[in-house]
Amino acid sequence: MAESTNGEPRIGVYVCDCGTNIAGKVDVPAVVEFAGSLPHVAVAREYKYMCSDPGQEIIQKDIKEMGIDRVVVAACSPTMHEPTFRKAVQSAGLNQFLFQMANIREHDSWVTEDPVEATEKAKHIIDAAVHRVVFQEPLEAIEVPMNSDVLVVGGGIAGIEAALKMADAGHTVHLVERDPSIGGHMAQFDKTFPTLDCSACILTPKMSAVGKHPNIKLHTYSEVTEVDGYVGNFKVKVNKKARYVDIDKCTGCMLCTEQCVVAKVPNEFNESLDNRRAAYIPFPQAVPLRATIDPERCLQLTRGKCKQTCVEACGPGAIDFEQKDELVELEVGAIIITTGYQTFDNERIARYGYGQLPDVISSLEFERISNASGPTGGEIVCKNGEKPRSVAILHCVGSRDENYNEYCSRVCCMYSLKFSHLIKEHLPETEVYQCYIDMRCFGKGYEEFYKRLMNEGVVFIRGRAAEVTAASKRQAETEGKLLVTVEDTLLGVVRHLPVDMVILSSALQAQPDAKEVAQLFGFGCSSAGFYIERHPKLEPVSTVTDGIFIAGCCQGPKDIPDTVAQAGAAAAGALALVDNRTVKIEPTISYIDPEKCSGCHICVGLCPHNAIVYDAELDAAQVIEAACKGCGVCVSACGSNVPVQRGFTDEQIFAEIEGALA
Amino acid sequence: MSKPKFAMYWAAACGGCEIAVLQIKEKILEVAENFDIVFWPVATDFKYKDVEAMADGEILLTLFNGAVRNSENEYMAHLLRQKSQVLVAFGACAAQGGIPGLANVSTAAEIKELVYIDNPSVQNPDRVFPVERFEVPEGELDLPHLYDTVRALDQVEDVDYYIPGCPPEGPQIWAVLETIIGILKNGGDLPPKGTVLGAGTKTCCDECSRVKKEKKITGFKKPWEVPWDPETCLLEQGIICMGPVTRDGCGGRCTSVGMPCRGCYGPPPGVTDQGAKMLSTLASIIDAESPEKIAEIAATVPDPLGTFYRFGLAKSMLRRAKV
Repeated sequence: MAESTNGEPRIGVYVCDCGTNIAGKVDVPAVVEFAGSLPHVAVAREYKYMCSDPGQEIIQKDIKEMGIDRVVVAACSPTMHEPTFRKAVQSAGLNQFLFQMANIREHDSWVTEDPVEATEKAKHIIDAAVHRVVFQEPLEAIEVPMNSDVLVVGGGIAGIEAALKMADAGHTVHLVERDPSIGGHMAQFDKTFPTLDCSACILTPKMSAVGKHPNIKLHTYSEVTEVDGYVGNFKVKVNKKARYVDIDKCTGCMLCTEQCVVAKVPNEFNESLDNRRAAYIPFPQAVPLRATIDPERCLQLTRGKCKQTCVEACGPGAIDFEQKDELVELEVGAIIITTGYQTFDNERIARYGYGQLPDVISSLEFERISNASGPTGGEIVCKNGEKPRSVAILHCVGSRDENYNEYCSRVCCMYSLKFSHLIKEHLPETEVYQCYIDMRCFGKGYEEFYKRLMNEGVVFIRGRAAEVTAASKRQAETEGKLLVTVEDTLLGVVRHLPVDMVILSSALQAQPDAKEVAQLFGFGCSSAGFYIERHPKLEPVSTVTDGIFIAGCCQGPKDIPDTVAQAGAAAAGALALVDNRTVKIEPTISYIDPEKCSGCHICVGLCPHNAIVYDAELDAAQVIEAACKGCGVCVSACGSNVPVQRGFTDEQIFAEIEGALA
Repeated sequence: MSKPKFAMYWAAACGGCEIAVLQIKEKILEVAENFDIVFWPVATDFKYKDVEAMADGEILLTLFNGAVRNSENEYMAHLLRQKSQVLVAFGACAAQGGIPGLANVSTAAEIKELVYIDNPSVQNPDRVFPVERFEVPEGELDLPHLYDTVRALDQVEDVDYYIPGCPPEGPQIWAVLETIIGILKNGGDLPPKGTVLGAGTKTCCDECSRVKKEKKITGFKKPWEVPWDPETCLLEQGIICMGPVTRDGCGGRCTSVGMPCRGCYGPPPGVTDQGAKMLSTLASIIDAESPEKIAEIAATVPDPLGTFYRFGLAKSMLRRAKV
């Protein structure tokens, strides 16, 4: 075996043709010749497909027979094949970090027009990699123990699904929900499209399965306040808000809610269409079926004075006005975020009259009105109690609109169709107008559902509604009606539709506190506030923070099947981690020499992954290896260049720049 | 046996370094005891010609303070290098270019224009400028030529050691002199060439007594704009303190009395450009949501060049494109 005798590095450079992807533009033989002339390069070769098995074998053979101890592959993007070549190098007995990839495809042949320039550019890119690889050092992956418990944040259908999957797999799942009951938006829906299943009928069995599951620890009326740690070892603080009811004693008999003297509290579950009491259970199928006392409305809690009829009514003596918020500390190995969405604030589009005209209602309000357990007992009626003889459904309210949200909310076309069907089912004589921009019926069975609705007598008008006004009292035939002005773009006429009810198909938006939540857990938000996945195609439920997954509408608007599928994927992702005893961490991370650190704390607060702690004994910042992602923030922030990012040292980067400019 | 020879010279500087040497107090007698002081214009009456007459390397130790900004400074830098075994860049100006280095944002002509014409207290309708040569009956008088660019000593001559500070702290000066005297008496090796003497290897924060926590800056303030708080890190109070990018060794004197570090000890080991490093550090801890807010906060930095490069402009990576 030929070995380097003088301690000088022996670099092998392998230039890939990538079929014609690279060789079609770059003069590969000339590049290989150039690479062979660079300092420390012992061998430079060309091959048609370096990533193929024979291609990899060339490298492995050279490592073994020629004593090559540094490898540069000039081919595609490292995102594509860095793992391939790292493995090949490692299995030939060379540390995988003594390998460097030079991207001469995406950075060069694909984007450079002139072949001469492309060839020159390839030389510079390879020169940079060769300069750099000289300074690369062997690194070893770091292994840390894994906590097998998981945390799910958000108890809508996504959180419920993910929690059940993981609990069934034998893991302890902590499910944290902000509201007094799990269920989320799906619990409010009447039917689901396009199968018209009763939403509650398919959801509530899952909800009660969560409530009864021995592996699920349910934390309702609770919020995560602090997240620390890293994959395999997260430490999470959860604030359990005082519900002023001992949930171990409460039986859910609802006697307290019947006796409560504060009767006029808007009922959130019914979109404030009716009232609840200050002592309440949000809905009959709530899980847990336990009462909560609204601290903002309860007379005892706000004024310190009440007859306390609830206390009298409560057999088991569950009501406790002295209850305080409680901080619970959890330790988990992985986290799934399923915090859902909010609907668009319709009042922002004043010309639609929401909030001004009583019979202009939101989509969620309609869900409750048409629901048999809703405020009208499932009767579709206007505010005056009469059945509407005509209804207009306005699509894209707050969606596909540069003034509000540029994106499509993906579900509004379909739920609008569902509304049309429900109206036609309840009130066959009622006219239903759909004012749409485009019908987007892309899911399984969706187009068929659309076809079905076209045969049910629904009138489809292609055009975004301009405004909704109250019809003039002077015109007898439209008196008391709402007038929807819409340009029918297919007919080329402006129409004024006199209707009794207008339903606004409100956009799905990120939760108002999405940004804070993202920051808390250490990943990013799009400008619209939806959580950013690690890769839009290949890692749609992972985040940039290892061990933290996202699913459902917090990642972007989606329907129930997609939400459930994502929840399953996130559960699988989390299980794939927590089923291991240990977790391996990329070693290209930061290191702080305590002898050099001055303890100024600048880096401590900056680390987006909470990976830097101040060690008072050493009077120095220290990197928690398992939490560091190697982002380099501390490296650039430190006033004395103490943090060193392994694999990206100043020496390596300056050498790379030197090579690129050579 | 004659004593080793000692020299000290004052180039483009304020004179503070000369005074600072006297901060070693009675120890100056020990210097005189161990060294033969052969050249020290501010304290002794030796002339340039006395130095010129010396053999090369005759002086053991020369402390050179001040930057090089004119032909006389440069001549003396070359001369003292030639005559000295150990040449020390003494003080911030010699080591980093110091405050005179800030002149590098102007040309010599612009500076003369400001001083002799645009100065509000000057009346000079005939535009009379000093001339470098002037004939008088007794002969020719000359003034040194003022350069456009101010340089640190090591940008002009080979330097053995650096003693930073504006001025260097007395105890640190004595520590260096004591070490050298010790080596002279008892033998031993001098530190490797290029070593920064009389200073630490960390940053000013290490010596500063204030309590440091995580830093989030929402606006920059001047020291008199914040309530007196002897406990909290000045940077956390929004006062631009160069402590995090400045070599320790001074004992944290400024911050202990509520004044921010100005950066006179130069960058810590591993940092080349003190000002650029401070920008990088500050940019990391500005707490703002939007680019507009960042710009708004950044606009509150008083005199950015003079703050970040107060002592280091001459040696920074920022070089003038042309003169």
